[in-house]
Amino acid sequence: MLKKRTRDDAEIPMSSLADIAFLLLVFFLVVTTIDVDTGIGMILPPIPDDIEPPPVRERNLMNILVNAQGMVLINEEPAAIANVRDQVRRFIDNHGADPNLSESPDDAIVSIKTDRRTPYNVYIDMLDEVMGAYEELRHEASMDRFGVPFTSLEQGSERRAEIQEMYPKQISIAEPDEG
Amino acid sequence: MSKFQKKAAKTKQSVPTSAMPDVVFMLLIFFMVTTVLREVELQVQIDYAAAENIEKIEQKRLVSYVYIGPERLGGGRLGETRVQIDDALVDDIGAIRNIMYDKLLEQPRLIVSLRVDRDSEFGIITDVQQELRHAGTLRINYSTRRQM
Repeated sequence: MLKKRTRDDAEIPMSSLADIAFLLLVFFLVVTTIDVDTGIGMILPPIPDDIEPPPVRERNLMNILVNAQGMVLINEEPAAIANVRDQVRRFIDNHGADPNLSESPDDAIVSIKTDRRTPYNVYIDMLDEVMGAYEELRHEASMDRFGVPFTSLEQGSERRAEIQEMYPKQISIAEPDEG
Repeated sequence: MSKFQKKAAKTKQSVPTSAMPDVVFMLLIFFMVTTVLREVELQVQIDYAAAENIEKIEQKRLVSYVYIGPERLGGGRLGETRVQIDDALVDDIGAIRNIMYDKLLEQPRLIVSLRVDRDSEFGIITDVQQELRHAGTLRINYSTRRQM
């Protein structure tokens, strides 16, 4: 008796599957925000203990000051932001040739000082130029030695470390003035 | 002539659509995986500065964000420059030290990403940096867009 009964088709309708998937897809497309996760990396200097910092010879130190008006002073002389890169490059890559510039890239320290009212974007532009100088020098060293651009060297590889050691980024943030 | 006509008549004109759900699902899964739902509600307005020589932060787990910018008031008005960490505005700059120190204990290789509005003055950033130095979180990153 029961066997005679015709059963309904036990299939789930699949035709709307694509529509549902599309709906979800559109939802995620709208919700997705590609986050900014790029930036300029820096290491802050630790809080000084009572130990005096090791003396640095004046020629090995490049003082960059950005004042409240957004003007850049390199070793007390005004400079345009566009010139910062060149000046930093000459300073680092001097190898003792000019007695006023650094003795070697190892010794060269770029010191950055800002005023409390310095505009942030000027500071970033200036920092960008300094980073650009290091990047250029590393790129050239890498092309010279390995024949490939620095950016193509793998993270953590020996070659990369070697170039980084040739031109170590020694950027110091000066102690802020009191008050 | 007739030869050509016959051939043309044989070809099917429809595009096969049976693989469409698969394609859509693939895209769907891609977006589901890459989507990061916004974790914090920003209470400050941030317009990033742009720079050329930037690096990508590869390990997102290590990053903790500090937002600095003008406070968002109702009606699209902007207030004083404030500091926001996680979900709350920081009233006392001196408290950043403890907050960051606690984070550092949880994640010893912490990177602090400073997301600063481009029109801020540097004084407040100096203050925050001094606090970070006291906390011992020395690895920082100034968030910037890539310059076009």
